[in-house]
Amino acid sequence: MTIPGPFILDQIFLVVFPYVSVIIFVLVSIRRYRREAFTFTSLSSQFLENQNHFWGLVPFHFGIITVLLGHLVGFLVPRELLAWNSHPIRLYILEGSALIAALLTLVGLTSILLRRLTDPKVRAVTSRADWVVLGSFVVQILSGLYVAVYHSWGSSWFAALAAPYLWSLVTLQPDISPVASLPWMVKVHMTSAWLMIAFAPFTRLVHILVVPNPYLWRKAQVVRWYTKWALRRGSA
Amino acid sequence: MNVRSQISMVFHLDKCIGCHTCSIACKNIWTDRKGTEYMWWNNVETKPGTGFPTAWEDQQKYRGGWELQDGKLRLRSTSKAKTITNIFHNPSMPSMDDYYEPWTYTYGDLFNAPEGADQPVARPISQVTGEYINIEAGPNWDDDLGGSPVYAESDPNLKNLTPDQREQLFAVERLVFFYFPRICNHCLNPSCVASCPSGALYKRGEDGIVLIDQKRCRGWRACVAACPYKKSFYNWSTGKSEKCVLCYPRLETGQAPACFHSCVGRIRYLGVLLYDADRIEEVAASPTDQLVDAHRSLVLNPRDPAVIAAALANGIHESVIESAQSSPVYKFVKEWKLALPPHIEFRTLPMLYYVPPMSPVMAHRDETTVGGVSEEFFHDIEDSRVPLQFLANLFGAGHQGKVLYALKKQKAIRTYRRAVTVGDIPMDVATAMLREADCSPEEAEAVYNLTSLCTFEERFVIPPMHREEAIEMMRDPLEHKGSTGFGFMESPRRGL
Ligand code: SF4
Repeated sequence: MTIPGPFILDQIFLVVFPYVSVIIFVLVSIRRYRREAFTFTSLSSQFLENQNHFWGLVPFHFGIITVLLGHLVGFLVPRELLAWNSHPIRLYILEGSALIAALLTLVGLTSILLRRLTDPKVRAVTSRADWVVLGSFVVQILSGLYVAVYHSWGSSWFAALAAPYLWSLVTLQPDISPVASLPWMVKVHMTSAWLMIAFAPFTRLVHILVVPNPYLWRKAQVVRWYTKWALRRGSA
Repeated sequence: MNVRSQISMVFHLDKCIGCHTCSIACKNIWTDRKGTEYMWWNNVETKPGTGFPTAWEDQQKYRGGWELQDGKLRLRSTSKAKTITNIFHNPSMPSMDDYYEPWTYTYGDLFNAPEGADQPVARPISQVTGEYINIEAGPNWDDDLGGSPVYAESDPNLKNLTPDQREQLFAVERLVFFYFPRICNHCLNPSCVASCPSGALYKRGEDGIVLIDQKRCRGWRACVAACPYKKSFYNWSTGKSEKCVLCYPRLETGQAPACFHSCVGRIRYLGVLLYDADRIEEVAASPTDQLVDAHRSLVLNPRDPAVIAAALANGIHESVIESAQSSPVYKFVKEWKLALPPHIEFRTLPMLYYVPPMSPVMAHRDETTVGGVSEEFFHDIEDSRVPLQFLANLFGAGHQGKVLYALKKQKAIRTYRRAVTVGDIPMDVATAMLREADCSPEEAEAVYNLTSLCTFEERFVIPPMHREEAIEMMRDPLEHKGSTGFGFMESPRRGL
C-alpha cells in the first residue's frame, strides 16, 4: 500500500472532477428545468433591502463577468492572447484591468456577505445553499487574487498551460502535464472551480442559465393566443 | 383594422362606500400565501391621500409608465440598453418600505402564557423575519384621513392646485374625500409587459387579460418598476412577480371576478370592448390633451357591420361580439362618455375606467347641503369642495374638459330624476340642464337605470371564453375534464 501521491490527487482533482462536474451540471440542470421550472429565478432580495444591494450586486456582477470573460478568452484564443502579451505595455494593461475586475468582485462579494449577515429581512430568505455558494466564491476569489499577485503574468501562463489542459479535457484526451507543475494555490483555484460547477445546478446559480436573451430583439408587447397555441399543439 | 376584444371595467366612484370588501375577497383567494402577505391586488384608497405603495402616482420617484421622447414612446424605468445593468440592481425598484412590512401577532401567547399578574397580550411580529416589530405602516394606512397633513397633503395630484383650492379641500371640520378602488387595469399598452427581460408577461389575445407566466418569470423585477400603477408585485419568498389575474379562472366559468362579485356598493361593471389593435402605438403617443379622446377612439362600435366583419375575420367568436353589444362598459365609456381612464398620461392605455365622483363635488363649500339649482346650473362644480383640477389630475391628464363634461352630465341627470320623482324642481329647468349637459331624457333614464337599478346580469356581461373549443383541438374534452388544475402540478416552492 502506498499513499496516493500527488500524481493520483492531481488525476482526481483535475481529471475526474471536471468530467463528473460537467455531467452533473448538465443532467441536473436539465432535470431541474423540466421538473421545477418554477425554481429558475434570481431569488432577488432587492425588494427587502434596497440600499446596500447596489454596492454589493453591481460591483460583484460586473467584476465576475469580466473575470470569467477573461478566462474564456484565454481558453478560446490562447495564441492571440500570447501575441498580445508580447509587448510589456499591453501585458500590463491586460493584467491591470483583470486585477481591477477581480478587486471589484471582492468588494462586491464583501458587501454581499455583510448585507446577508446583518440585514434581518435578507437573512430570513437566506438558505444554507446560499452560504455554500457565497463560501465557495470567497475561496475562488481569494485564491484567484493570490495567484494573480504572487504568480504573476497569469494571462500568459494561463494561455500557455491552462488552455492546453482545458482543451485536452474537451477533446477527451485528458492530459494534466501542462498544469502538473503549477503552484498548489493554482490547483486549489481549479479544483474549487470544478466543484462549483458540480453544485451550481442545485443552487440559485441556475439563474445564469436563464439570462434574458430574447429581450434585445423582441417586440415590446407580447400577446399569447390560447386558441392559436392549441391549434398548433393539436396539429403537432 | 385589427379588431381585438378586451374585458374592460368601469368603477362608479360615487357608489363606493369604502368598505374594502373587494380587497378582502381578493386577499382570501389570491394573496394569502407566504411572500404575498403585503400584496393587495385590489386595494381601496382614500383621495386625497398617498395610496399604496406610498405616493405611487409620483413618477419622479417610481419612474413607471411611458414617456414621450421626440414623439416616440419610451419606458421611464428601463430600455433595451439599460436591461443589462438594471438586472443586477434595478434603480427604479420600490422596496418593502414603500409598501409595509407584513405582520401577525403572537396569538399563541394568549393561551400559553404562564400565570401571572397581568393579562397576556399578543405582540406584533414580522411575517418576514418572525421578530417583534413596531408597526409603522400597514395596508390602507391612510384610510379616511382625508384632511390629514401627513397623508392627504402629500397626494401627488395636488401639485398644481392653488393654495385657495387646497384650502377648499382641507377646510377644518368640513373635510371632503372619496374612495378610489384600484386593481390592475389590464392595459392595452402595458409597460410591465414591455419591460420584462424574460418575456414572461403577456396579454392574452382572446380577452386582453395581462398575466405573468410563473414558469418563465426569473425575478428580474422590471415589471414592478415599470408599472406606473404599481400593480405588479414581487413575491419575496418565491422570487417571482405576481399581479392581478382578473380572476380568469372565474371568468372562464362565467363568474365575475371576486372583487366585482363581492362589491357591496355595486360600483363595478365588467364587459367586452372591441378595439383596433393597429392604432395602439399611435394613440399611446398622442399629445397629452388629446389622450382621453384618442383612447376613446380606439374603442369600436360593436354594432357597426364593418367592425363585426373585421372581428369575425380576426377569429373573434360571434358570442363575444354579442356580448360586446350589451357591454355596460361600452355605454359608460363610449356612448355616455361618463367613464374616464385613470392617469392616462402614463400612456399605458388602461382598460379600467372610472366615473368621477359627484358627491364631494356637489357639497359646495359655502353651503351645508348638496348644491341647489341656481341661475348658472353648474357653477358649483367649478367651485366645488374637491377642486375640479384635482379630479382632472386623476382622470383627465390634468385637463379639466372631459371631467367637467362627465360631472355636468351626472348633475343634470340627478336634477332631472329629482324633477321626475320629487317634483320640487321645475321640469323645464331640468330639461334645460340636460340639454346643456349634452344629454337626452332617454339617455338620462338609461344612465339612471344602469347606475341605480342595475341587476347582476346588467353589471357583469361576461363573454363566453370558449376554452372548451381550444381544448377540443388538443384532446378529448371528457378526458380533459377529469384532469384539470392550474395548468402545472409543481408546488410553487422557493428554489435553493
Ligand atoms: S367593495 Fe365596492 S363599495 Fe366596498 S370598497 Fe370595494 S369597490 Fe368600494
